[in-house]
Amino acid sequence: MAEIVNRHNFLDFVYDFYLKMKSKDVNLVYEGEITHQITKAFTSLTESKMLREEEPNTVQKKVFHVMVECLQNISKHASQPETASAEKEGKGIFMISKGESEYLVTTGNTIPTEKIDGLRYMLENINNLDKEGLKKLYKQQIREGRLSEKGGAGLGFIDIAKKTGRPLEYHFLTVDKDESFFVLTSSISRK
Amino acid sequence: MQVIKIKGSDDTPTIILDAENNIMEISGRSLPEDVASFYEPVLEWLDEYAQSPNEKTILDFKLVYFNTASSKLLLDILLKLEDLSDEGNEVLVRWHYPDDDEDMEEAGEEYADIVDVPFEQISYSLD
Repeated sequence: MAEIVNRHNFLDFVYDFYLKMKSKDVNLVYEGEITHQITKAFTSLTESKMLREEEPNTVQKKVFHVMVECLQNISKHASQPETASAEKEGKGIFMISKGESEYLVTTGNTIPTEKIDGLRYMLENINNLDKEGLKKLYKQQIREGRLSEKGGAGLGFIDIAKKTGRPLEYHFLTVDKDESFFVLTSSISRK
Repeated sequence: MQVIKIKGSDDTPTIILDAENNIMEISGRSLPEDVASFYEPVLEWLDEYAQSPNEKTILDFKLVYFNTASSKLLLDILLKLEDLSDEGNEVLVRWHYPDDDEDMEEAGEEYADIVDVPFEQISYSLD
């Protein structure tokens, strides 16, 4: 009996999920480990879709840029091993949606709560800069920054802000005292 | 000197480093899984080349896409050329970009600002 009830719940969940995806114009959702193969697969999938839909070349390139940097952020920064369980490392949720006037690329991943302040400071700093300021910061970071062990150059957020010309939208949700969930949404104008 | 020829793929660039024929070229897409190890042979080759460089060194970049991790390594390559130029050698970087790609044009301008090497920006049409 319990199994039948559960199955009904599950069907409801699937249909509900489908409706929700449609209502938010979500094209792609993924939860799990973000690997290089996943990054390649998602970008090429989105690229061919945009090509079919005759999206302007510049829009296609910007969406590609933002997707790669967002996916690599998760694979390189999601829950560092020293504080979190290995099962959450490099994992998260990735979503892309296409609206009337813009594409939205959203990522969500757990991070150690102690990293929130540093991350917020960095994102606010980027959001307060204009185009020239972002260029300056980019040049400073590329010169002074070191490539991390996982191959991150610390340039991803700056690059997204530069390429999209829009502020980074972010939120932190508390999971428990040690961990938080970090949501980042980048929008790319279709104009 | 050994010739480096790497055929490009959907995530790695085509690279030709041929001192004898004076061809140095990096083109295509760059988002290798492990950027540091991908570009390591290039940087090593440039170190060896710097010991007895050609009269004139021209490096052609004709990239259509590179991620931020690659951008750091591209700077490392340009810094090697800067050293070469500082030692009194004639060096030129030619940055080719698709004529409808402002971001790629801007990336070239930014590198030209950062490194002290003669830089030429060349636009080309994809049609």
